[in-house]
Parts: sequence; structure tokens; C-alpha cells
Amino acid sequence: MGPDYEDDVTFTEYTLGQEQLEEIEGILEKELVKSGVHSVLLIDMAGNIISKADNGACEHDVYSLAALASANFAAVDTMAKIVGEEEFSLLFHKGENENIHFSKVHDEFLMITIFGKEVSLGLLRLKVGEAIEKIKLVWAQ
Amino acid sequence: MAFVNLKNKEVQAKVVFYGPGRGGKTTNLEYIYSKFRERIKSDMVSIKTHGDRTLFFDFLPFEIGKIMGYDVRIQLYTVPGQVKYNATRRLVLKGVDGMVFVADSQKNQREKNLQSLKNLQENLAIYKKSIFRIPLVLQYNKRDMEKEGMPILSMEQMDKDLNSQLKVPSFGASALSGENVIPTLKKIISLTMASLQKVLK
Repeated sequence: MGPDYEDDVTFTEYTLGQEQLEEIEGILEKELVKSGVHSVLLIDMAGNIISKADNGACEHDVYSLAALASANFAAVDTMAKIVGEEEFSLLFHKGENENIHFSKVHDEFLMITIFGKEVSLGLLRLKVGEAIEKIKLVWAQ
Repeated sequence: MAFVNLKNKEVQAKVVFYGPGRGGKTTNLEYIYSKFRERIKSDMVSIKTHGDRTLFFDFLPFEIGKIMGYDVRIQLYTVPGQVKYNATRRLVLKGVDGMVFVADSQKNQREKNLQSLKNLQENLAIYKKSIFRIPLVLQYNKRDMEKEGMPILSMEQMDKDLNSQLKVPSFGASALSGENVIPTLKKIISLTMASLQKVLK
């Protein structure tokens, strides 16, 4: 055991204050839920939910979803490296009624968006991109 | 790497069940799920192969109530035990706060327990965590096999093999019948919470 080991329990390397979390939730609400998205989650790569917003009609099991999404993202990321890509920029699952879109915010965070037929993939990607830019500004504070 | 949400006053912590293949990690979670069904709002998630072996992980979120004014949510995970799935095991260990090592008491599994514990130590080191410092509980599973005439290792032998340096709490258990599954869980939750509390202060 070297002295470089961390303490027995460590907290996430990032810390977000209450105001920052409120701002982030506001961004998710305004940029995405108002655009017709059913539900949006901001999670970290260990599967913790950092912030979430939905249209009030969503009853998905978001904690399981977050655990699976972070694992799925890590698996897809490894697949990308195997075929010689740095990463896959578009991660999207299409269903009959619900679709899931994944977007990396930065190395530690992922945004998961669940949306239906009313929203086109193009518009969604645009809105997700805008929301991510705004969230990054909140972090920079 | 517990996440503390100051806005919702919520703490999310991750407890991982580790150990050799076919040792009973998934069975532990299944027992917990059956026992606390009314308290667990979501379904247990299992990603299995066709042969019923864990391929990626099992996942069970578990609310344990309030500690220092925070709602505490423990996320229980298992890893795939098979040696070849080491990359997956590493992924699941990301952000772990507490560990249960489920060892197989059968005599012929002795070597596999040792290998798996060593593998855990190596994988934790990747995340700059020490097996000597992380909250850890050992569970010597399949004690019931003795009744079926299978040769099993004595508790003393298992302690000597696995716990002589670690010196952490250990339980003889049978995940299949549920014996000592809940005491194992309670122990790791209290150890994890104790170390979280130290940092929260």
C-alpha cells in the first residue's frame, strides 16, 4: 500500500452546490422538457443521478436506467476503442414509442434523454447540445 | 464515490458484491430482493447469459432511510465472477463505496477464492482504493453444502485463508436459504455509513 491511496470512502470529485443543481434542473426543464422530451437525466459514470426533470407523465425506473446507462456507455466506449475510434459521437436507441439518446457532457457526466415521436432526432440533438453548453457554464462558475 | 445531493438532501452510495464465479453473489441479491420486496420500489436488474451466468451485473437500489438528515439510497451491484470478464468487473467497481466478498466454502473452490480476492485487490488499486481501507465484509457462503455431504472448508480455515491480513467482519452463510444474508447486508451498510459519516462531518 502506497501513501497515494485515497481514504476509505471518497466523494465524487465534483461538488455541486444547491444553487448550481437548481440551475441545472432549470436548464433541463427549459431546454428539453419544454421542447417535448418525456424525461431527461444527468448522471455520472458511476451511475449516480445528479439531476433529473420530466413531464410529470413518466414513470420509468430512473435509478436502474442510470445504472444501466452508465454501464452501457462504458461498454460502447470500449467498443469504439476496439475498432480504433476515439468515441462514437451518436448514441441513440429507437423504439416504437420511446427513444433514448445518450450524450457525453464531459469525462464524468452523461445526459440521457427519453423522447417520443413528437420530437425529431435532429431537433433533439440541437436542444441537447444547447443544454450541455449551458450546463458547462454552470460548472465553470 | 458517494454522491451527495445538497438540493434533495440525498446520498447515493454503491455497494458491490464480489467473488468467484458461481459463488452466490446473485443469489444474495435475489434473497434481499425477495425479503424487502415491499420496500424496494424498482425491479432487480440482471444481465445474464443464456446459461444463467451474470454477464454484466445485477443491480438493486435500496432505500435505507435517513442519516444526518439525508435520505440514503444504497445501490447494490454484483460483478460477473467468471475470470474472463475482468474488464466488466472493473467497470462495475467504478465509484464503489463498500464491498461484500462472497467466498465459496466448498473445499474444491479454495484456490478460486484466493484468486478472486487477489483480483479484487488489483482492480481496486486501479481506482486508487486499498482493499485494507475500503469498508469490506467477507461472507463464507454455501455452509449448507455440508448437510448434502459435500466437503467444505472450516470457518477457521477460511478466516486463515482470506481474512488473516484483512481482519474484517466475516459471516458463514447460505444465500440459497437466506441464512446470514441480511446480517451480511446490515454489516456492510453500517460500515459504509460509518465511513460516509466521517466524511460528511
